[in-house]
Amino acid sequence: MNDIHTTIGEIIRGDREVFPPYLYEAYQSTRRRAPSLPLIDVPLTISELTGPGPAISAVTPEDADLTRNAGTGGEAIGQRIIVTGRVLDDRGKPVPNTLLEIWQANAAGRYLHKRDQWPGPLDPNFLGMGRCLTDEEGVYRFLTIRPGAYPWKNHPNAWRPAHIHFSLFGPSMLSRLVTQMYFPDDPLHNIDPILQSVPTAEARQRLISTYDHSVTEPEWALGYRWDIVLRGPYATPFE
Amino acid sequence: MTKLLLTASQTVGPFFAPALLREDARRHVLAQPETVGERIRIEGRVLDGDGEPVPDALVEIWQANAHGRYNHSADQGPAALDPSFIGFGRSGTDEEGRYWFETVKPGRVAFDEKQMQAPHICVTVFSRGLLNHAVTRLYFEDEPSNAGDPVLRCVPAERRATLLARREADGATVVYRFDIVLQGANETAFFNV
Repeated sequence: MNDIHTTIGEIIRGDREVFPPYLYEAYQSTRRRAPSLPLIDVPLTISELTGPGPAISAVTPEDADLTRNAGTGGEAIGQRIIVTGRVLDDRGKPVPNTLLEIWQANAAGRYLHKRDQWPGPLDPNFLGMGRCLTDEEGVYRFLTIRPGAYPWKNHPNAWRPAHIHFSLFGPSMLSRLVTQMYFPDDPLHNIDPILQSVPTAEARQRLISTYDHSVTEPEWALGYRWDIVLRGPYATPFE
Repeated sequence: MTKLLLTASQTVGPFFAPALLREDARRHVLAQPETVGERIRIEGRVLDGDGEPVPDALVEIWQANAHGRYNHSADQGPAALDPSFIGFGRSGTDEEGRYWFETVKPGRVAFDEKQMQAPHICVTVFSRGLLNHAVTRLYFEDEPSNAGDPVLRCVPAERRATLLARREADGATVVYRFDIVLQGANETAFFNV
C-alpha cells in the first residue's frame, strides 16, 4: 500500500506483481496514452526470441564517463558518483555484451532538452547521457554526477525524485527494458506517481540503488550499486 | 527453481531524445546498398486516445531479412544470413506524431516445424505516459499468407485490421502506412509479450 490513491487500470504487460499498469491516473499522461483494451496473449516465436545485439552502437570508453563526455574539455559540476552493477537474467546468469544507454538531469535537476525550461541552472559541461556494454560478467559501470530532483507539471508542487533513466536490450526482444534507477533515502519516493505505479513494495525497492562503500573511491567518487534483472533467452509467455 | 524478481519498467519520459536519438543511435534506414530485398518505406503516426499526435514517442522495429532469417544466433536456419542487414530500427516521432523507416520487406519465418508465419515486423513503442512499453506487429495488407498466420489469428477478428499496414505508392517508392493508436477508437492490438 503506498501513499497515493488513484484509479489503476487492469491492462498490464507482464508480471502483475512487478510491472506497472498502463493506466495509473495519478500520472496524468497515462490518461490519454494507456492502452485500454485487453492485450493479446500470443505464442513466443523466433521473432520474439531474437533481438538486436550490441552491434547497433559503436561504444567508446568516453561514453561511460558523463562527467567529461560533453566535448567541452571541462568537467561537470556536482557530486561525482560511480554507478555500477550487474545485468542478470531471472535465473541469475550474467548478461554479457549488452548495451546500456542512460540519461539524466544535471546536479541542479535540469535536463539538457528544449522541453525542460524550469529555472534550474544548466551546466555547459554536462550532456547527461552515456552508454556502455556489459562485460563478460554482465557488469556495467558509469561515472557521473548525482542528478538533482526536478519539478514537473503533473500535479501542484510535483517533483521527480533523483533518478537516472536506463535503457537495456538484453538477449532478445523479450528482455527489452526501459526503467529508472532511484537513490536511497529520498523523501520524494513515496509521493512520486511514476515510482508508486510499480505495484508491490518489493518491486519498487528493486528500483532503488544501494550506497556501496566498497565501490566508493577515496577523494574521487561515491559508489552506488544497482543490479538489473531481465527476462532470459529461454523465456516463457507471461501467464 | 527460485527466479529473481524482474526489474520493473518505468516510463521513458519526455527527455530521451538527446540520448536515444543522437546521430549514431537513431536508425531510420535499415538497408545498406548491398542489402538484398524489395525496398519499402514504412510511415505512420503515433496517436493518443483523443486522436492527437504523440510527438515524443520512440518507435523501434525488429525484423528478419528478405530471405526470412534473423541476424541473431538463436536463428539457425535454413534461410541465408545477409551480413549487411541487422534488422533493427529506431525512430522518434515529429510534431505530427510521424515516424519512418526505410528497409526491405522481411521474408517469412517459421512458426514451428510445420507452419510458417506471414511476413511481419515487430514493433515496440515507448513514450511519456507509457509506464511500460507497448508491443505489436506490423503485417502487410496485401499478403495472402496473413490468413494462416498463427499469431495474427490470436487477435480478435474485429481488431486484426489495426495490424495491417496499408500499401501506398509514392512515385517509385513502395510505402506501407502503419499508424499506432495507443488508446481509443481503432486502438492498435498490443501483445502481452
